[in-house]
Amino acid sequence: MRILIKGGHVIDPKNSIDEILDVYIEDGVISEIGKDLEYGGLDTEVIDAKGMVVSPGLIDMHCHLRDPGFEYKEDIESGTKSAAKGGFTTIACMPNTNPPIDNKAVVEYIFSKAKDAGYVNVFPIGAITKGLKGEELSDIGELKFAGVVGISDDGNPVSCAHLMKNALKYANMFDLAVISHCEDLDLAGGGVMNEGLMSTYLGLKGITKAAEEVMVARDIIIAEHENAKIHIAHVSTKGSVELVRQAKRRGVMVTCETCPHYFSLTEDMVDGYNTNAKMNPPLREVEDVNAIIEGLKDGTIDVIATDHAPHHIDEKNVEFDKAKCGIVGFETALAVGITYLVGKGHLTLSELIKKMTVNPANILGLNKGSLAIGAKADITIFDPDEEYVVDVNQFMSKGKNSPYHNFKLKGKVYYTIVNGKIVVRDSMLM
Amino acid sequence: MRILFTNRKDLLGLKDMTADEINYILNSAQTMKYVLGQKSKKTPHLSGKSIVTLFYENSTRTRVSFELASKYMSANVANVSVASSSVQKGENLIDTAITIDKMGTDIIVIRHPQSGAPHLISKYVKATVVNAGDGMNEHPTQALLDLFTIKEKKGKIEGLKVAIIGDIEHSRVARSNIYGLTKLGAEVAVGGPATLMPKHIEKLGVKVYPSIQEALIDADVIINLRIQLERQKAGLIPSLREYSRFFGLDEKRLIFAKPDALILHPGPVNRGVEITSGVKECEQSFIDEQVTNGVAVRMAILYLYTKGGAGIENIN
Repeated sequence: MRILIKGGHVIDPKNSIDEILDVYIEDGVISEIGKDLEYGGLDTEVIDAKGMVVSPGLIDMHCHLRDPGFEYKEDIESGTKSAAKGGFTTIACMPNTNPPIDNKAVVEYIFSKAKDAGYVNVFPIGAITKGLKGEELSDIGELKFAGVVGISDDGNPVSCAHLMKNALKYANMFDLAVISHCEDLDLAGGGVMNEGLMSTYLGLKGITKAAEEVMVARDIIIAEHENAKIHIAHVSTKGSVELVRQAKRRGVMVTCETCPHYFSLTEDMVDGYNTNAKMNPPLREVEDVNAIIEGLKDGTIDVIATDHAPHHIDEKNVEFDKAKCGIVGFETALAVGITYLVGKGHLTLSELIKKMTVNPANILGLNKGSLAIGAKADITIFDPDEEYVVDVNQFMSKGKNSPYHNFKLKGKVYYTIVNGKIVVRDSMLM
Repeated sequence: MRILFTNRKDLLGLKDMTADEINYILNSAQTMKYVLGQKSKKTPHLSGKSIVTLFYENSTRTRVSFELASKYMSANVANVSVASSSVQKGENLIDTAITIDKMGTDIIVIRHPQSGAPHLISKYVKATVVNAGDGMNEHPTQALLDLFTIKEKKGKIEGLKVAIIGDIEHSRVARSNIYGLTKLGAEVAVGGPATLMPKHIEKLGVKVYPSIQEALIDADVIINLRIQLERQKAGLIPSLREYSRFFGLDEKRLIFAKPDALILHPGPVNRGVEITSGVKECEQSFIDEQVTNGVAVRMAILYLYTKGGAGIENIN
């Protein structure tokens, strides 16, 4: 099976490619990149990529596949279909499953199910602590050898600073990324949205930005003292961006991610008790959105991750206080990035792609995220100019919980190629 | 020509009502208060209409006042209290609301501990939804009865200085009053402990004071709010004793307000905590009359919203 991608705008930030080129795939690997490549014969599928961008397959380092345990929200099959549709070829799923990913058996289950039913590459992220309880470290070494690409307690912050310190030191031995969901639960105080004008206006309990920033500061300081690596998940406030910026200047080994909703939406989305605008950390204010964009521009923020968090409609169609936190993200992430970052002149396409390919790959230690000759062909082809209206009912994900329903976005994925196999063709899942 | 009352199906809050709509209810409540003063308190206004009160929180005055308001106007009334309903069997809010709706209910009066609950069910039911208090969001019928009482005693609302004092953060009464009073042209001052003051409240068009004395200066009306014991447990105030000492409404603090300042409280009152018994009983206090006015205002609301039709008729 050979594939020739003709005439596309090839953007590979890692190899500084940003021009019209052809890409030739043979036996699942990229065999040639160049101008006007010749057809390889009858068994070569030719993709006309004129007017489209050909990029390394997108990598999402933060998603929830809900499998095992919550298959009514999403499973590995539906989640990877959704990822493929959104242009992702590799995703790393968080451990808050049931049972959680705190042991080898669950890691193996995920790999085996992804192999059978998955549409993209799936790598689990292990739990920092047993049962995500924040009490004892999980068997981190065993998890690493089973194949996890990072550890995190995700939604359950590691509240004990001492335990976090040990997790950083221990994981560092295995060169494993520690991904921290930064939230001081006491400060968050059971809030359900950002503490600001909108929480006052709606009579909802607010979460102070300090709840996030105190924990970002704590983790940075611990990482600095231990000379260990730390990755801060879903940065949402101006203060957090500044903390990471200063830490990077001091040489702390800190990296961080944000999500599309934190640079495109504000707390105003919650008006009308919109539970599809409820997530943790919550949507913030205009000054935060601007600071996130600034952080993306100056490199303080390394990665754009989706925090894809599907929920069943019955978990969202309830009182705001009771509604589950989180939104789906695979099928809108790229378009939100193009519309709100590239379209508004904040980032070039190449800079955006870098934060969705090679940067997350480096943090997770994956040899992916570029179009190197000889590399497995993980490729995304999209039209950066095509506008469309988001319709959640068209999502491949079981979760329809997106605040972008009916939004007009720019940037449509046409092909997703995973390990040399076309899984999305002409925007249709194969 | 008929005057258009509203084209809204529901009464969810004063936040989204116009000054005209508010005034229309206040005027109509005046007629209802007259009815309440009669020996035989029975009118046929709601004959053939069905009203269900659905209360997820305890309540004495609001629930009874809605029930009596309905009965005085000959409506059929049913009361659902959560303790003895299918909610105990795990039924969710929307399903409960739809069930009640399908029994031919014209108005569902709902109280719920979570903000936005009335807004949620209003999307699923044909009946008019009247918010009888949702979480920390709004308590519109309480604010309307406060506005009615102020107008009755002061003859107007525009230009008055109204001080709202106490736990603003958790108070749906405060929020509804802020929207209503500012829409009708009153000047609103809020005062209370900083730990009970919601963020950016000033952006709702009120002046914020850290001490209640300052908030009370030259006030024409004082709305004193209930402080709940749970706030102490949550670490928001040190003790009820300290609260009373620094934020309670007593004779000494009352001096800062105008001599004829009207004193209101939504009840239930914690005597000796947010207000002294002396102030509660003084002749400037209309706390008991508020309760009577509450029935009149709710009669007006039930009547106007079942007529609902006022808007539709007007199109012809």
